[in-house]
Amino acid sequence: MSLYNRLVMQSSLIKKYIMALTGIVLVGFVFVHMAGNLQVLLGQEAINAYAHALQNLPAPILWGSRLFLLVCVVAHAVTAYQLIKENRAARPQSNEVEITKRAGWSSLRMGLTGSLMLAFIVFHLLHFTIRTIYPEYNDLKTTVGSPDGSEIHDVYSMILAGFRIDAISVFYVFCMFLLCRHLAHGVSSMFQSLGLRSESWRCKLDFAASAYGWIIFIGFSIIPVLVLAQKYGLVNCLDTCGSSCSVNL
Amino acid sequence: MKLFLKVWKQDGPQTEGRFESHVLDGVSEDSSFLEMLDQLNEQLLEEGKEPVAFDHDCREGICGTCSLNINGFAHGPENSTTTCQLHMRKFEDGDTITIEPFRAKAFPVIRDLVVDRSAFDKIIQAGGYITVRTGSAPDGNALPVPKEDADLAMDAAQCIGCGACVASCKNASAMLFTSAKAGHLNMLPQGQAEKDSRVLNMVAAMDEAGFGNCRNYGECSAACPKDISLDYIAKLNRDYAKAKIKKVFS
Ligand code: HEM
Ligand code: FES
Repeated sequence: MSLYNRLVMQSSLIKKYIMALTGIVLVGFVFVHMAGNLQVLLGQEAINAYAHALQNLPAPILWGSRLFLLVCVVAHAVTAYQLIKENRAARPQSNEVEITKRAGWSSLRMGLTGSLMLAFIVFHLLHFTIRTIYPEYNDLKTTVGSPDGSEIHDVYSMILAGFRIDAISVFYVFCMFLLCRHLAHGVSSMFQSLGLRSESWRCKLDFAASAYGWIIFIGFSIIPVLVLAQKYGLVNCLDTCGSSCSVNL
Repeated sequence: MKLFLKVWKQDGPQTEGRFESHVLDGVSEDSSFLEMLDQLNEQLLEEGKEPVAFDHDCREGICGTCSLNINGFAHGPENSTTTCQLHMRKFEDGDTITIEPFRAKAFPVIRDLVVDRSAFDKIIQAGGYITVRTGSAPDGNALPVPKEDADLAMDAAQCIGCGACVASCKNASAMLFTSAKAGHLNMLPQGQAEKDSRVLNMVAAMDEAGFGNCRNYGECSAACPKDISLDYIAKLNRDYAKAKIKKVFS
């Protein structure tokens, strides 16, 4: 920690570089994660095979990537709270009349959307990765999607089981909306923080950031939304895979 | 015009401030905002009260001495205008106007609406200069400067150091000021020799003074009476990264 203080916390600009660099990693990660998830739409076999392949990556690659992501999230959050603390201290007496000319909703609430996402990340890991919230998800096994016919974890059934609970789906969609807002400022701001933005590019990057946020929102939300819609008989597009699924909608 | 004024009063840096309300009648639409305050002070003196302290000097928008947060806007609601150049015709008869000092930890209130902006001087002292051999003036055009660079440097040099960027920033960040002052010299051939130490030292002085961090809101540029662009902040971010990397590997 003291090394981190010496290297990073000493300069306002280095703190901003850390926000932007860890931000880029997380922005890339959420896209890959979303694209991976969309395989749910292809059915049980596709997503199970994908999840199995990921979990059976060579240990150094699997744990190396997990550690790298963890370090990025922690550095991003720790630096964010340090920045927020300093920013509050920089204006001890607030203005009687507070006017905002240009800053948008998202940029003013990065701390709020970020903090709620931090809570979401912890919940999400306990829910689907470590599976302590519903330990019975560990018992969902199938041979569908298995490369060699042995029993593997049935990720597809777990997703159906997870999202058929209304409150969980609503919570996930809400958190993806927060992520969308965080990205609407963040993805353009990170270019400015690294000195890679100009006024002529600002509008285009702001537009791209907003579009990126909505793509991420729709890409992640479509799965809980479809699960609920199918549960209530509004659509019939998700593979319910007859007897091979442990969960019915 | 008849105006209802809500003006910040504060006896000194250590004391608590408060708002005082005044009614001012007979204000000419053609007077400037500072002339309106002069009129208020005359009225207060006639009533045997303390006048309101506020900063001003050139009154023609070039010195950067005037300040004031007017109805929440640094230098008032008009774009590209300093308080001294703001006219009362921009307000309506019967308006209530709230007048506050530029608020930031790095700008302590000296009295009422006057704040101490010497933190900006410290940033300039840290690197907002070039070192030259004095003596006879160099020949004209001895040092060619590309027109584009000269224009960009001039745009940055327009900064009058008023502090509106700090006052309007939600985080009281001084990045627009610092980046304009560093960028102005970094874009000219005369500024090259000290470019790296300039950005490192000026940013260090800025952090030291207790300004907040930039979050790329853009409020500073929107409030700037000289319309300094966010490009200079991007350039400072770029120049600082380069200087820091060079320093680490040298
Ligand atoms: C773990 C919880 C998180 C917290 C507490 C958090 C907080 C913040 C805060 C406060 C800022 C603004 C920093 C500033 O300029 O003052 C920020 C910027 C940013 N965040 Fe997050 N965030 C979190 C997670 C994420 C995630 C998951 C992503 C991407 C998927 C992300 C992407 C970004 C980006 C790209 C920026 C812009 C960086 C810049 O302005 O240079 N953040 N974050
Ligand atoms: S008094 Fe000089 S700029 Fe306003």
